[in-house]
Amino acid sequence: MAKITFITNDNQTIVAEATTGSVMELAVQNKVKGIDGDCGGVCSCATCHVHVQPEHWEKVGEPSELENDMLEFDDNVSEYSRLCCQVDVSEAVDGIVLKVAR
Amino acid sequence: MDKSNFSDPFETERLGKGYGKMDDQGEEVTMVLGHKDVRRCAHNHKTFQSGAAPGRIVIPSEEKIRETRQIPFEVDPPLHADFRAILDPWFKRPLEEEYTARLQSQIQSLVKEVLNRDSLDIVSEFALPLQSRALTLLLNTPLTQAETWISWGTHVFRSKSSALDSDKANILYDYIDKEIDRAIANPTDDLYSVLLASEANGKKLTKEEVKGVIILTFAGGRDTVINAVTNSIAYFAQHPESLERLRKEPEILNNTIEELIRYFSPLTQMGRVTTEDTSVCEHALKADSKISLCWASANRDDKVFDNANEVVIDRKINPHVAFGFGTHNCLGATHARQIMKVLITTLIDEVKSIDIIDYKENIEDLGTFKRKVGFDSLHVKFNS
Repeated sequence: MAKITFITNDNQTIVAEATTGSVMELAVQNKVKGIDGDCGGVCSCATCHVHVQPEHWEKVGEPSELENDMLEFDDNVSEYSRLCCQVDVSEAVDGIVLKVAR
Repeated sequence: MDKSNFSDPFETERLGKGYGKMDDQGEEVTMVLGHKDVRRCAHNHKTFQSGAAPGRIVIPSEEKIRETRQIPFEVDPPLHADFRAILDPWFKRPLEEEYTARLQSQIQSLVKEVLNRDSLDIVSEFALPLQSRALTLLLNTPLTQAETWISWGTHVFRSKSSALDSDKANILYDYIDKEIDRAIANPTDDLYSVLLASEANGKKLTKEEVKGVIILTFAGGRDTVINAVTNSIAYFAQHPESLERLRKEPEILNNTIEELIRYFSPLTQMGRVTTEDTSVCEHALKADSKISLCWASANRDDKVFDNANEVVIDRKINPHVAFGFGTHNCLGATHARQIMKVLITTLIDEVKSIDIIDYKENIEDLGTFKRKVGFDSLHVKFNS
């Protein structure tokens, strides 16, 4: 079980828990504003962009090259940007805090 | 031969110069072919604008047959954002339960109607009615309207005799004018009425602006959806093992949908016009030149996609640009994806196999490039 905290652009905090799936799916299930997941998680739409809290970056890890290419043209990118459809829910990411980019 | 095979005509030029050239009614178009270059140009709306003369960014150009600006598609930021903001929630309605249920009922009854018929033409007797009926949901208009649109045939603008048929375009424009007047006189909860009551950039939408949105909704989602549906039927006819796998592993359905859309790229390309002297792929372009963002080519770029010329139905990472990229990405994508989802689910439930009886390919003539984009006709038998 992993507990993940989403902070939306209007400063709503949503805490959600899951054992499997992607972080994007978890956000969509919990209706986190700003996470749409239009492409269903294949890294083609960039509507699941989050900023990882710097202290949690190591837990989440670096984006792949293809994900990086998507982020390159997205607005509001930081060095802690991830597309959360590419982050799997697992014990490893328990406790992370993600700020929604949009 | 695999009838659902769609080859990539752009490979040599993409690997070589990275761009191609075609003529569009006397105007030269520089076609951007590589995935990264296509995304870079799509992202840079200041240099590569959409807001040129109405119809100019479409290929073939519709400048001669259309004066109405399509909105938000032919409007650049910053004005674009406000139009998009009113439209986005409406075009996300396909995710609502009631919408999906009505789409399911439409598609299920269509499939049951044609199941076990000895032969049916998928293009005119299946994809066209499917697309037209589904469009009544997107516009929130009565289902009976679909009969009118079906009677127009498979192409809103294009007919066999000429690439650009102004008579056909006028049928659509006159129809839309009448519908807007009808909505002014008797507002309902359809898209026309909602738009007429909306404001963007500090003022109410004009009749001409409403018309621009509606033309886009009709034109953008007609050939594209028809091709996506028809080509998917051809694919499952030729690949019964994929239908079988989806029956056993429904969790890969989303991957399959995105992969089919990547592979077929129902919209080959979209134009932009340069606002200044610039270059693409080290090729100099003067201001006011036309380029195309060739989605179909980008989607076969082997720098991005392993086995790019194969349909890999469980492809995990699939950053395709079949719905465009950036500011102007496809407004109808949610509707299109939902159609694909309901269609494939219905095939899984109702259809055991599909036999192709006869077909005629639809080959786009893009100068030196000839691209199969779909079928003019595809006669099949659905077996239950």
